[in-house]
Amino acid sequence: MAPPGANQDAKNTSGDGELLVGAAATERQPGPLTAGSRLARLAGIGVLLLAVGGTFLYLGGWLSPDKLTPARFVDEFERVGGIHSGFRRNHAKGVCVRGFFESNGQGTRLSKAVVFQSGRVPVIGRFSLGSVDPHATDALSTVRGLGLQFSLPDGEEWRTAMVDLPVFPFKDPQAFYDNLVASQPDPSTHKPDPAKGAAFLASHPETARAIAIIKSHAPSSGFDNTAYYGLNAFRFVNADGATTYVRWTLTPVQPYEAGAGASQGENQDKNFLFDGLIASIRQHPLQWHLVMAIAQPGDPTDNATLPWPEGREQVEVGTLTLNSVESEETSPARDINFDPLVLPAGMAPSSDPLLSARSAIYSQSFTRRAGETKEPSAITPSEVQK
Amino acid sequence: MTNRRQFPGSMRFLHWLMAAMVLTMLGIGIAMVASLGGYHSLVSIHRPLGISILILVVIRWVNRRLHSLPPFPPTMSPQERVAAHASEVLLYTLLFLEPLVGWGMLSAARYPIVLFGSLHLFPILPHSVMLYAFLRKIHTFLAYLLFLAFLAHFGAILFHTLIVRDGMLSRMLPGRAAAR
Repeated sequence: MAPPGANQDAKNTSGDGELLVGAAATERQPGPLTAGSRLARLAGIGVLLLAVGGTFLYLGGWLSPDKLTPARFVDEFERVGGIHSGFRRNHAKGVCVRGFFESNGQGTRLSKAVVFQSGRVPVIGRFSLGSVDPHATDALSTVRGLGLQFSLPDGEEWRTAMVDLPVFPFKDPQAFYDNLVASQPDPSTHKPDPAKGAAFLASHPETARAIAIIKSHAPSSGFDNTAYYGLNAFRFVNADGATTYVRWTLTPVQPYEAGAGASQGENQDKNFLFDGLIASIRQHPLQWHLVMAIAQPGDPTDNATLPWPEGREQVEVGTLTLNSVESEETSPARDINFDPLVLPAGMAPSSDPLLSARSAIYSQSFTRRAGETKEPSAITPSEVQK
Repeated sequence: MTNRRQFPGSMRFLHWLMAAMVLTMLGIGIAMVASLGGYHSLVSIHRPLGISILILVVIRWVNRRLHSLPPFPPTMSPQERVAAHASEVLLYTLLFLEPLVGWGMLSAARYPIVLFGSLHLFPILPHSVMLYAFLRKIHTFLAYLLFLAFLAHFGAILFHTLIVRDGMLSRMLPGRAAAR
């Protein structure tokens, strides 16, 4: 008996006369396999199938329980803060805003993104506090966040999630995760173990340096007179194909006023920062200038813990105006994932490992909360109206 | 010269092209949901590749209707023929539904469905995050089902090639393997 492979070779290379012979051969049943050969072939099939299945299990992270995945990252947020149905797993407390971005056209030399052409695009956004608890008491020292979605006329979108920190304390997702684990409340004291926090800082000098920079900026009195930073570097491509690395900042038109320290919090209600924002936006539209800092060769574009040197060129590309505020309960912004990698053509991520990780983790958080019952927000519709 | 033992050339071409794309797609899909650093790059391939598969499966189905198929080898029992036919229907259905569910779930979440550069797709479902969450689960379920259907298909052809040795694989191979 000829093995099937040999038959096919013959068929492929032979002339017509032999093809008939070859065809006839396939119609004959090949002789029976010996029991041993049959078993070996069955085993071979089993091994092939297991190899394919195993490859997929490996790719899916099932074979590496210590691998940091988006799901395991969000699990850790849930271990620290509990599960609050329908809320973001971090920056859980927030209020929604609307307005527009007026571009002055200066950004077109950096990026071909439609958002930088002169003109106005609608913006929807959300102010938040960097806590896993959607009912946390407002505090001046809590990280303030601003998520924005710019809706471009050609149907593209630009989304960004910014915070009031000039640098980020963690250089990569693993450092962020390790700090999260270190800050877990101790079951006996219900407070984070200071020894674990100190050990984390000792092994992450870049975090200690970033915190020193952050602490040198005293928090302002409210959401409205705060600067918000994009943190990560992005790669801009203009119409000529030229690439520029930038970091952006929203600098408030509202004058800086230092927060009144601990007393401010004590004398006011637990939503004093949000109530201040609501009152302020009611009085007049709030404005920020969007400023692009331009990297020089050698500036770190893959490490958000490091500031860029003083004196980098700053290009003001337009003004953000926010003129209405709404509770999360009624605003579509509640259901927006401010994924920092939803970018229009002309804007692309840098190689900063935080960017892809943020995109993955925000998406995981979004998917989990999307399917949950939406509990009332701390900033209720009546809170916004009073 | 028509070749009754092999699938027509266009069907074989589409089969192998889609086999490569679908396996790549399953690998990317399962890797990206477990990846932090590679997530963005993988998702950026996943969307346009998925839409390409959706377009190709429609072309492939139309092409299949236009051609007559080679007969089953005589080594296949009636039950096996029913199973082979059912698995073909299942694979076509999954290859059509899975990208469509992906497109639908991104639509329900109002994510921009970017393919390349500024090219993006329109949403095909109303904005509802509950609907998104439901379709997101369906997308995973269908992906596992598709992977299992592929394993069964792969296992069956290995069985026929190595144990039954009826030359079934040559029906789908390039070249004129079983011409007469």
